[in-house]
Amino acid sequence: MTALLNVSALDAFYGDFQALFGIDFELAEGEAVAVIGANGAGKSTMLKSLAGLVKNRSDAIRLGGRAIGDASAASIVRLGLALVPEGRQLFPSLSVEENLLIGAYGGERTTPWDLAAVYRMFPVLKERRRGAVTALSGGQQQMVAIGRALMSNPQVLLCDEISLGLAPIVVEDIYRMLPQIRSGGTAVVLVEQDIARALRAADRFYCLQEGRVTLSGRPKDVDQDTIRAAYFGA
Amino acid sequence: MSGFDTIIEGVLLGGVYALFALGLSLIFGIMRLVNLAHGDLILLAAYLVLSATTALGLPLAAAALLVVVTMFVLGFVLQRLVLERVLGDDILPPLLVTFGMSIVIQNGLLLGYGADSRRLQAGAFESSSVTLAPGLSVGLAPLTALVTAIAAVALLQLIFYRTSLGRAFRATADNPAIAQLMGVNERNVYAIAVGLSLAVSVIAAVVFGIRASFDPSIGPARLLYAFEAVIIGGLGSLWGTLAGGIVLGLAQAIGGRINPEWQILAGHLAFLAVLMVRPRGLFPARRT
Repeated sequence: MTALLNVSALDAFYGDFQALFGIDFELAEGEAVAVIGANGAGKSTMLKSLAGLVKNRSDAIRLGGRAIGDASAASIVRLGLALVPEGRQLFPSLSVEENLLIGAYGGERTTPWDLAAVYRMFPVLKERRRGAVTALSGGQQQMVAIGRALMSNPQVLLCDEISLGLAPIVVEDIYRMLPQIRSGGTAVVLVEQDIARALRAADRFYCLQEGRVTLSGRPKDVDQDTIRAAYFGA
Repeated sequence: MSGFDTIIEGVLLGGVYALFALGLSLIFGIMRLVNLAHGDLILLAAYLVLSATTALGLPLAAAALLVVVTMFVLGFVLQRLVLERVLGDDILPPLLVTFGMSIVIQNGLLLGYGADSRRLQAGAFESSSVTLAPGLSVGLAPLTALVTAIAAVALLQLIFYRTSLGRAFRATADNPAIAQLMGVNERNVYAIAVGLSLAVSVIAAVVFGIRASFDPSIGPARLLYAFEAVIIGGLGSLWGTLAGGIVLGLAQAIGGRINPEWQILAGHLAFLAVLMVRPRGLFPARRT
């Protein structure tokens, strides 16, 4: 099977500072892949590069064969790659429902994810749909952030630290929705600092350290010590 | 009834100020851009309407419609070609650029139309009045101005809160980078906002041009009133801007009633008073 998302020799820069060095990465249709690494390893930069918030060489990133490395964020989401940004980043001026609706802005795909489908997955959001997002709990806000990204009906869903700052039981609830999201054919990339959680949910993983891939494989094929070494660079 | 007359007069005048201010309020709310050329752009619109009625011989309404389209396109192009380059974290460059535009427009108008005072001709409409109650009649033109201002705010609110374009406007105002992740093209959203702002200022231009004579130099004074209306009403709130315009108009009318020399001063004093009591204006936009 050819990869849906293909990253080859990706170098990413913030001005003169190089954050990523020659990243190679693949994602197949419907697959769940975890990207782990310590703070500053380049996980978020990688997701931002994929989503178009950090510009790169055009052919460093291919989505369905199409070079999108230097495409705008607005055009990339239309091509089927959506990001759930770190810290949720909801729009405070928009109600819960409007936050979901803007996820579908300019998009042509309306299945499988529309308002009704998101509300079926997160019924609590339907009850609060007229309310302000700032009045929601952290977990509910994360549900809005995920729902908002799903509204564009992406082929690839990037999740940046969706468990950050949430109670374990809430994280559990959110991760329980993953199979449902993948059942629609959407591939998921999970960036997490909570390694155990990410590895449990993923088919494959990549470990980043100081902007380089230090280890990749299937969670069950790799033992804890190897991961620890790749993570901390021991 | 003379006290009541003054209040009516002030409210109607407020409608005109609100129309001046709406376009300013709109782009400040969406892009945090303070457009120092706003008053001159209103004047430009007034002269364009004048030309459309005299040179092309169009009736006033048709001329206004034509200029609304023209100014929308002008605003869109202005943003894409000029303002876009200076918008950023630093608020000084856009101030300087719009200040420069103000001077260019003023002198361009002076060159093209000369320094004579002009007026838009609206025929019998200018002087006719309607009787609201026995002994109380108001001029049709100022009443139309107020009604138009209310309608313009209502229409803009409808766009802001009931359409997907409006959601894109508000999301971009909240966080432009994240709005792009939703597929919102920030450059187009901003360009549409400036276009809309200039389209709305055509309404201000027509209402003002019927009511009073204008010459190329009066733009900055209109800008000042517009600013005061926006600040009194609270930044980022369109209904607030309408209220701000009315407060300003009322203060001027009451001041002028007490002593004709105090008319302008009273407006500025009301502005300062509101700032002292409510520094964020009467109806600041909800922000968290």
